[in-house]
Amino acid sequence: MEELTIEVNGLRKRFGGTLALDGMSFTVCPGAVTGFVGPNGAGKSTTMRVILGLDRADAGTALVGGVPYRRLRRPLCRVGSLLDAGALQPSRTARNHLLWLARSQGLPARRVGGVLERAGLAGVARRRAGAYSLGMRQRLGIAAALLGDPPAVLLDEPFNGMDPEGIIWMRGFLRGLAGEGRAVLVSSHLMGELQGTADRVVIAGRGRVIADASVASLLASDRVLVRGDAVRAAALFDGATVTGPDTLLIAGLPAEAVVRRLSAAGVAFAEVSAHRSTLEEAYLELTRDAVDYRAEAVR
Amino acid sequence: MNLLRAEWTKLRTVRGWVVALFLAGVAIVGIGVAPGLSGNCHPPQCALPTGPGGEEVTDVYSWVHRPLSGDGSVTVRVAAFGGNRGPGGEGLVPWAKAGLMVRAGTQRGASYAAVMVTGAHGVRMQHDFTHDRAGSAAATVPRWLRITRTGGAVTGEESDDGVTWRTVATVRPARLPSTVEVGMFVTSPQFSASDTESFGRTGVSGGPSEATASFDSVAPAGGWSEAGGSFTVTGSGDVAPAVSGPNGLGTSLTQTLVGTFLGLVFVVVVAALCVTAEYRHGTVRTTFLAEPRRLRVLAAKALVVGAAAFVLGTAAAVAVVTLGAASLRGNGVYVNAVPALVAVRLVVGTGGLLAVCAVLALALGTLLRRSATAVTAALLTMVLPYLLAVAVLPLDAARWLLRLTPAAGFAVQQSALEYDVVDNLYTPSAGYFPLPPWGGFAVLLGWTALASVGAAYRLTRSDA
Repeated sequence: MEELTIEVNGLRKRFGGTLALDGMSFTVCPGAVTGFVGPNGAGKSTTMRVILGLDRADAGTALVGGVPYRRLRRPLCRVGSLLDAGALQPSRTARNHLLWLARSQGLPARRVGGVLERAGLAGVARRRAGAYSLGMRQRLGIAAALLGDPPAVLLDEPFNGMDPEGIIWMRGFLRGLAGEGRAVLVSSHLMGELQGTADRVVIAGRGRVIADASVASLLASDRVLVRGDAVRAAALFDGATVTGPDTLLIAGLPAEAVVRRLSAAGVAFAEVSAHRSTLEEAYLELTRDAVDYRAEAVR
Repeated sequence: MNLLRAEWTKLRTVRGWVVALFLAGVAIVGIGVAPGLSGNCHPPQCALPTGPGGEEVTDVYSWVHRPLSGDGSVTVRVAAFGGNRGPGGEGLVPWAKAGLMVRAGTQRGASYAAVMVTGAHGVRMQHDFTHDRAGSAAATVPRWLRITRTGGAVTGEESDDGVTWRTVATVRPARLPSTVEVGMFVTSPQFSASDTESFGRTGVSGGPSEATASFDSVAPAGGWSEAGGSFTVTGSGDVAPAVSGPNGLGTSLTQTLVGTFLGLVFVVVVAALCVTAEYRHGTVRTTFLAEPRRLRVLAAKALVVGAAAFVLGTAAAVAVVTLGAASLRGNGVYVNAVPALVAVRLVVGTGGLLAVCAVLALALGTLLRRSATAVTAALLTMVLPYLLAVAVLPLDAARWLLRLTPAAGFAVQQSALEYDVVDNLYTPSAGYFPLPPWGGFAVLLGWTALASVGAAYRLTRSDA
């Protein structure tokens, strides 16, 4: 698989009186799933539309393999995307929808059967798209994104409307794409959806990037969980936070040191373990300052 | 090329659109072939003769004549000229004719030249049906006329007093044998209400008219010995090109294409929806993801929709001008013959009309983006003006509509010619348009170009 990087640099865009993008910058690397997270209105969709040449930015650049999307020839063979799964002519069958897309890129009609198979739609391909459920439309959108076997894939809220089974399928599917060496950008307004999927997350708020970090570093924690006599234990440590009647978190010490000090002071404890935070917690921590943006829908 | 295939795939994979385009063809052919008119004209009895130029002509007149071998000349005084307009009352119709004529023979459609006084168009020199030269504008009777044959040339002269002569014209008819017929003729064409300035569409009336002229002082007198040099001739008919419509014998081939407007309704609706449905369902973004060069997308759509409409219109027109004309003839309606090139123009023009209208509707759809708005705009500018012009409006308003609106393009379907020398109701409903065929088509093209520029501007300037 050819490697392709998407670079977003200093995008600014104003819709009337509202600043939708305010210096958005990040990079989507090949062979990894990059999560693009932020509250509704953070500018995620607008950024994707600018990358795909649908919207024009007032300033900044969005390059796909070094060139703007609008300059790509047979663009679906460079970047596959799913922005709005509902964007279908209802009376056209799924197969014919993919067929015209294939024709537009000069791809043979047999590609259509391949991607339908991969998206799990082979059995319903001759049904009118208007009769599809939201989950089926998402899968059809995925099939369309993969039609040109592109080295980069952009998906806007692909988990929306999917049942739990579909979400699990989607996670495995995204991992598979990255495993094949593709650059994958997946947006979501729920951090939890990306757990176990994304290698890296770009957290957006109010049109710019708030945090851009690997998931491993976000999940990594230097805190230690202690279960036991929380009140007495807390008195022994400077960086302790009581989180429940019998639990507390201690920052700044390795677990061994905590055990030694608890034992020396004769404080009873049932458990001492390295704390694992969830992505959701990390997200909430990072966006705590930006929480007021949530109420402010930009688009 | 890829883009064209993609747009064609889009068009053919929406069943409703395919059905609508099929219905467009059915409408054109169905209305064209449906036996709407009937008559009692069954060839060969009422076939029209053709003139030396190959066009259909009317060649009915009364005359007193004798053979003339070699060169020679006849002089006569038109002493009196009067007539009646049938139901229209007393008086000459404007193109009533009385004068001298030289003819290749007595058979209908023969080559001729004639100098004459007319009801309201002064002295004229005409030959071979379609050629007309003016002499004195005020033709007061009595008036002297002279016709002279010199080889292949024929000269017409006029005089107030028989002393001072003025040449009206010297003309060369297509074919004059050494011995020709020469004589005094009178004829008076169909009268119709068109010769009054204010006529209402409902008040069309007409019928045969009649004229009577007295000729005396015929010289040389020798050949006209029977009546002692003075004759009174009464005639009805015309020596002129044949026209279609109220004052003609038949109907024009254009009549068979009247279903075009209904086919056009289907075509413009599909063409507009082709793009507005993409805006409505959001697939326009998918389209621009597949081809970010938006003007190419617009061009590909225009080509595909235009080509589909062209093929459809041309095929339907071929069916109609053959089957439709046959159906009318079977009903006893005389359909005026048209030259092959004109028939080709009618057929290709109908295809072109549908194609360009489809592109215009597509441009309107791109410009307006909403299905209802775009379809309404397309129908209001293309179909409605035509319907109003042929069915409702008084003639002047109808003509202006067919000059200014995109419906001017219907002019490519005109098959009959409009002649200055024949009074007729040259109305849109009879198949006569105010602009020449390609002129009217150019008006449609102009509107289409304008809308396309607007569409291209909006497409490239705004976010998808």
